[in-house]
Amino acid sequence: MTFKIGVVTFPGTLDDRDAQRAVRLAGGEAVALWHADENLHKVDAVVLPGGFSYGDYLRCGAIAAQAPVMDSIIKAANGGLPVLGICNGFQVLVESHLLPGGLIRNEKQHFICRDQTLVVENVDTAWTNQFTQNEEIVIPLKNGEGGYIATDETLKRLEGEGLVTFRYKDVNPNGSMNDIAGLRNERGNVVGLMPHPEHAVEAGFGPDMPGTMRSGVDGLKFFTSVLNSLVNA
Amino acid sequence: MALFKKKKPDFVPSGVDTTANAAVTPDKALPYAQLGLKDDEYARIQEILGRRPTASELAMYSVMWSEHCSYKSSKIYLRQFGEKVTDEMKKDLMVGMGENAGVVDIGEGWAVTFKVESHNHPSYIEPFQGAATGVGGIVRDILTMGARPIAVMDQLRFGEPSNPDTARVVHGVVDGISFYGNCLGLPNIGGETVFDKVYQGNPLVNALSVGALRHEDLKLAKASNPGDLVILFGARTGADGIGGVSVLASETFDSTGPSRRPAVQVGDPFAEKVLIECCLELYKAQVVAGIQDLGGAGISCATSELASNGGAGMRVQLQHVLKRDESLTPEEILMSESQERMMGIVPKKHLKAFEAIVNKWEVEYSVIGEVINEDRLYINWGEEEIVNVPPRTVAHDGPVYERPVAYPAYQDALNANTVHVAANGNGLHRHNDNGSELAAQVVQVVSSPNQADKGWITDQYDRYVGGNTALAQPDDSGMIRVDEKSGLGIALATDANGRYCYLDPYQGAKLALAEAYRNVAVGGARPMAVTNCLNFGSPENPEVMWQFKQATAGLADGCLELGIPVTGGNVSFYNQTGDVAIHPTPVVGVLGVIDDVARRIPSGWQDEGHNIYLLGVTKDELDGSVWSEVIHGHLGGRPPVVDLAFEKQLAEAIAAGSEQGLIASAHDLSEAGLAQAVVECSLRFGMGARIWLGEICERDGVDRTAALFSESTGRVLVSVGREDDVKFVGLCEARGIPVLRIGVTDNSGTLEIQDIANWNLADLGAAHKGTLAELFG
Amino acid sequence: MPKIIVEVMPKEVLLDPAGKSVNNALHRSGHNDITAVRIGKRIELHFDRPVTDADLAEAQKIGENFLSNAVIEDVVSVTVQN
Repeated sequence: MTFKIGVVTFPGTLDDRDAQRAVRLAGGEAVALWHADENLHKVDAVVLPGGFSYGDYLRCGAIAAQAPVMDSIIKAANGGLPVLGICNGFQVLVESHLLPGGLIRNEKQHFICRDQTLVVENVDTAWTNQFTQNEEIVIPLKNGEGGYIATDETLKRLEGEGLVTFRYKDVNPNGSMNDIAGLRNERGNVVGLMPHPEHAVEAGFGPDMPGTMRSGVDGLKFFTSVLNSLVNA
Repeated sequence: MALFKKKKPDFVPSGVDTTANAAVTPDKALPYAQLGLKDDEYARIQEILGRRPTASELAMYSVMWSEHCSYKSSKIYLRQFGEKVTDEMKKDLMVGMGENAGVVDIGEGWAVTFKVESHNHPSYIEPFQGAATGVGGIVRDILTMGARPIAVMDQLRFGEPSNPDTARVVHGVVDGISFYGNCLGLPNIGGETVFDKVYQGNPLVNALSVGALRHEDLKLAKASNPGDLVILFGARTGADGIGGVSVLASETFDSTGPSRRPAVQVGDPFAEKVLIECCLELYKAQVVAGIQDLGGAGISCATSELASNGGAGMRVQLQHVLKRDESLTPEEILMSESQERMMGIVPKKHLKAFEAIVNKWEVEYSVIGEVINEDRLYINWGEEEIVNVPPRTVAHDGPVYERPVAYPAYQDALNANTVHVAANGNGLHRHNDNGSELAAQVVQVVSSPNQADKGWITDQYDRYVGGNTALAQPDDSGMIRVDEKSGLGIALATDANGRYCYLDPYQGAKLALAEAYRNVAVGGARPMAVTNCLNFGSPENPEVMWQFKQATAGLADGCLELGIPVTGGNVSFYNQTGDVAIHPTPVVGVLGVIDDVARRIPSGWQDEGHNIYLLGVTKDELDGSVWSEVIHGHLGGRPPVVDLAFEKQLAEAIAAGSEQGLIASAHDLSEAGLAQAVVECSLRFGMGARIWLGEICERDGVDRTAALFSESTGRVLVSVGREDDVKFVGLCEARGIPVLRIGVTDNSGTLEIQDIANWNLADLGAAHKGTLAELFG
Repeated sequence: MPKIIVEVMPKEVLLDPAGKSVNNALHRSGHNDITAVRIGKRIELHFDRPVTDADLAEAQKIGENFLSNAVIEDVVSVTVQN
């Protein structure tokens, strides 16, 4: 049985086609979801991809969070639907209050594109169950507004409850507090991260790995994880 | 009473200068000289129209006949690109020069369109917006051909790093390209950055874009069918880029227009991203018969070109243009260079379908006219006719100059001042007997701003979006997969060397072509087409015109020899700092095709125990070299000799070697010669090596300085697995390619050049990669 | 025509990298008496009729729920400009 993973397109979304490819390579069926359509077309999970929805006007993800499709996604997420927010998608999740905290301009004030090492700190989510605890992965990062910030209280809670799902290793590219690269909600169905797993799913087009140019495919496990979680749901 | 024809009761003359008014006020003086038109050109306009032009018509002619739009000083030389062409060269060419961008058939029903353009002067005034709108403009040219844009590249030239103004320009330009290109979702896959004092007051910002399309999706910028609607869609029209034309505001009878307008265009990449997706859906639905993007000269250019290309005419109601600013006068609307706008020719029967798609994307549009069966362009402002011209005279039959050409007074002395006679006849000193001095020079060269790693810049660009990037900086070419099933892909490389061109513009242009050609070949692709951006000083300077004449001839002759056609390009004149022209800087872009990107060849060493071969011959050619500049501050003599027939042989040998699976990596030699190439190969993936120069010196009769730093052409560094040595060497010898084993890779973490140095890769990497961050970070 | 001006500033306790960057630039050009810089947004809501108290109250709500992200920003003023 092929599971259907919805990939949302807002005006200004850039990485939707890549997210669709990732879903297909993992063995799922990618379903394009339009921002103005509140019908989720019976998808089993949703990906909010990267890009500059609405030109990052007002705040990154702020206007997209108001879209009709987001009303449905918020409802469904609160009911357990797996949702992955990548980069701008993470910003939309934060603006929708599906995840806590905020994302602001990179500390060094420049857009940065780099192959980023992450530590997977929580493998009990719909999107990370195929990783091993503390596995180190290399995922391309590319953003200008990736600095994660939260109040002390929120940070304490996140750390205390183990909700930090990915942490930057070796280099913190954007000044995120506590080197947080991504987090999950309490239930484990909603995950958001700044780096782009959909750019590390096909050999020849991913990050350079030791010994072989562009061979990194660590991102594929995000998508096989959700398919795995759906099988076992 | 009904004896007199009555105008509609609510008609109020707006004060705008109409054709009727122009016919009866022939002696009214218009500021044509301030708008850049000569006396004889103004006279010609009057002759064409049979009366004086209206203010609107004058605005149109003045901008469309300007150097930037009409190519009046360069036309007679650019013709060579269309003339020095064989039928064989044209066989894959679907659209040649003269259109928005050239289009090449790459097989499997796919075509590729690509072009490089300049946005130099705006980038000095306002670096961020200048560079940003430069990217926006070239991407729209690609979109206009019916293609999905799939990548961008940029070629940047700035002044000296030590000059404080350079940082202002560098930051603005890089931020602008990053801002616009990233937001469009286009991977930046390569380009170049050069620092030289000649560009201090006149940076060069050239932008390239490439797009892919199926053959049947090709669109042209023409309006051919009377009855079709003319629709302006995208961003609203505002006061962007009007600048000089605003002088007309004081000359019309309308005294209500504001008199000061900005010369800068402001870009909104989000609007362009939405426009791209909207246009691609329009193309897919086949509701658009012709399309033109609005760039320089805005609506006046789009309307006149669409009409002129299509052989039909147009009637336009300018008041229907959606405006950002209600105070714009008709002349200003015509000349506005507001970004992110397209003009579509839509058959009436497709209007509903057109509207459904633009509404889905929330793109604004208005029907501003229709195609008519007359060779005339009429533009009305409400009931008043303000333009009535033959479109060809505006868009295509502009002035053609034959500017005076003079061999530069400095040229002979410059060419006589070689590296062998400089320094009072002693020649630039070479430390051939001092290994550690040579080692220091290597480090000095590879860490100099022009030779240092450009990651500080390129890490601000997205290279991953689209998921089809097979090669990108610092590889020798950028490579993008076009067909996900078959792996069919394209490669692109751009090159220019202002120093070589200053020494010899004819050879310099050929050298740029040779290098871009070689860059594409070492990635495993087959070069097949050329674009160019010709950046020169003032055409009113006969010595600059001589440089231009020589360079265009060199490029045209070179393309003919290599058998690859020029498909389009751009000319930028008037690049000066005060009275001093920049070095002639023709940027040459070469497009190649590869049947499967999986076959691409990496540009650095990844495996230990591989043999390193130097293909080609090293001569003592240090004139104009990086070594002469960085170590001695010298520029003189003649640039390296270029042998295009050999470059072709070399490219074919690489292709054959790659097809037989013999080549593990290939990197071509260019600026800073073997020293640079070896450092780059080792740092690319952190693989060390032992290199020896003795055999190069012996076989080719050159000293160690030349072996390290000569910039002789036709040379490539190839690494080969032990098991493939014999076959590879055999292949080269059978094809007449000189081949010499000069090293072996190892996992030592060091790079050794025998009798010269043994560098720790970490230290070498820090030197090579730290420079730009130190200067600008 | 009247407008309601909504001003949004980043929360005091959170870092403002843009403000810090501008502050450093000012120091580099000799303005050493400026101790800090913080950068926010000024948003204008235009009306084509007179503005009422109800409009102001609504603008405050719009400011808090949409024009600002309460996690990282504060609405610091909502005023009428005629």
